[in-house]
Amino acid sequence: MCGIVGLLVKREDFRERLGQLVTPMLDCMGTRGPDSAGLAVFHEPLESAQRRFGLFTAQVGFDWQAFHTDFTSSTGCEGSLRCVASHASKVSSIAVNDFKIWLKRAYPAVHLISVGRAIEMYKDEGHPGEIAERFHFRELQGTHAVGHTRMATESAVSPAHAHPYTAGEDFCLVHNGSLSNPFSIRRKLERRGITFETDNDTEAGCRFLEWRMREGDTLEQAIETSFSELDGFFTFLMATADRMVLVRDAFACKPAVAAETDDYVAVSSEFRALAHLPDIQSANVFEPAPEQIYSWTL
Amino acid sequence: MTHAMQFDLAKLSVREINQFLHHQLSGSGVDRIEILHPDGNHSIAVGMDADVAVDILGHAGYFIAGMNKRASVTVHGNVGWSVAENIMSGLVRVKGHASESAAASGHGGLVVIEGDASSRCGISMKGCDIVVGGSVGHFSAFMAQAGTLVVCGDAGPNLGDSLYEATIYVRGKIHSLGADAREEELQAADIERVSHLLAAAEIDCDASQFKRIASARSLYHWNADAHQEY
Repeated sequence: MCGIVGLLVKREDFRERLGQLVTPMLDCMGTRGPDSAGLAVFHEPLESAQRRFGLFTAQVGFDWQAFHTDFTSSTGCEGSLRCVASHASKVSSIAVNDFKIWLKRAYPAVHLISVGRAIEMYKDEGHPGEIAERFHFRELQGTHAVGHTRMATESAVSPAHAHPYTAGEDFCLVHNGSLSNPFSIRRKLERRGITFETDNDTEAGCRFLEWRMREGDTLEQAIETSFSELDGFFTFLMATADRMVLVRDAFACKPAVAAETDDYVAVSSEFRALAHLPDIQSANVFEPAPEQIYSWTL
Repeated sequence: MTHAMQFDLAKLSVREINQFLHHQLSGSGVDRIEILHPDGNHSIAVGMDADVAVDILGHAGYFIAGMNKRASVTVHGNVGWSVAENIMSGLVRVKGHASESAAASGHGGLVVIEGDASSRCGISMKGCDIVVGGSVGHFSAFMAQAGTLVVCGDAGPNLGDSLYEATIYVRGKIHSLGADAREEELQAADIERVSHLLAAAEIDCDASQFKRIASARSLYHWNADAHQEY
C-alpha cells in the first residue's frame, strides 16, 4: 500500500512549525505503511560552496564524533556535524566527489543518503510514529518536507529500501505504487554509468528523472518522458530546493489528495492525514487528476 | 416528532458509532443522526438498514455509507474512495467531491455527488441511479449492468467501457467512449428519466441538453474473429 505526505509552507512563521505539522501526517499514514518511513526536509539553501551530506550507518553505537574529527584531520576541511541515532547531517564545503571518495575509503559502512544545499533526510525501519520519535521530527524546521510510510511489496525491508529516494543534489522522491519495468530502466541507466544503491523500483524512477534533468530536461519534461518510459502504477511526490511536485500515472489507482490554503499546500494519500492542519475546513481540498503535473513553488 | 442524536468522532471510534447504528438505533425513536468531526475517517455509516437521516459534518474517508439500505446519508464535505459502494436503497448525497469508484456495484437507491466524482464512478453498477453535479473521471460506468448515471459536467476517458444495460447521460464533453459504448438519440422517455433524477437529486439542469450513451451490445457474444481488437 504505502502512504505519502508532503507539506510546503507559504507563511514564514510556519517554517519553525514544519516538523510539528508534518509529523502527525506521517504518523497517521502509518496505517498504510507500518514497516519503514522517511522524511526529507528542505531548508533555506546553504551558501553556494557548502553542502549538507545526509549520512546513515547500520552500526549500533557508531561514534559520529570520532567520524567528524577524522573527517576534519584527514581532509583538512572544516564543517559541522549533527547526529541523531543512526543518522548524521554533515555540513561542509568539501567538493561532493571528494567527500564520496573519502567516505567510501575511510568509512565504507557509512552511506551517503542525501546531498544538497537544502535537503536533510532521515529514513529507517520501524513504525512511522517510532521513527518520528527516534529522529525528533517534531523539532525539524524548514520550508517544505516530503515523507513516506512503506508497506514493502517488491523488495526487502531495510533502511536503504525506505523512501524518500534521492539522486543528484536537492532532489528526492517518494512513491506509492509499483513499477513493472524497474530493471530495464536500471540497465539503461547503468550503461550510462549511473550506479544504484538498492534493487528497489522507486530508486529506478528517481534516478531516471534525475538523469533526464542532468541531460537538460526540466522536471516537467522529465516527468512527461516518464509517462512513456516508466511502466506501472505511481503517485510520485517530489521535492527540489524550492518546489514540491506531484504526479499520478494515467490509471491513478494510487490515491492522492491535496489541500491548499494561503498558508500552505499539503499532500497526502488520504485526507485523514490532513485533518489536523490549521484552517483545513476552509482549504481547497481536491484530488489531483491523472497525468497532470502539480507544482508548488516556495 | 424528530428525535435527533449527535456523535462526535473526536471522542468515539467509527466502530462504536456503527455499532449503535446497527444494533441500537432500531426502536430507539431516533430519526436523525449527526456525526461531527469525521476528519477523513473511513467506513462511517456503512451497512445502514433504517429509515433515518444521517448527516456527516465534514470531509470523510473511504467506503462511507457502503451497502446502504433505506437510510438517507448526507456528507457535508468530500469523500474518499468507494462512497455508497454496493448501495441497495435509500439516498447517499455528497455535498462536495467524491474520489474513485463512487457507488461501485450499487444495486438500488440514489447516489448524488454534488461536486465532481473521480475515476470509475458507477463501476459495475447493478441498478442504482447516480447523479453527478460536476464531472466524472476515466472509466466511469465500466461494465455497468443496470441503472442510470447522469453527469451534468464532463466525462473522462473510456466512458462506459464494456457497458451492459445501464444508461449514461452526459451534459458536457465526453473525452472518449470505452469499448462497446455508443451515443444514441435522446428520446422523450430519456428526457423524462433525466428530469426525474435531476429533480430527485435537487440539481437544476436542463434535461434536454444531455447525450445518451448506451451499449452497442457487440461484446455480448464472443467473437473469435475480432482477435481481441475492440
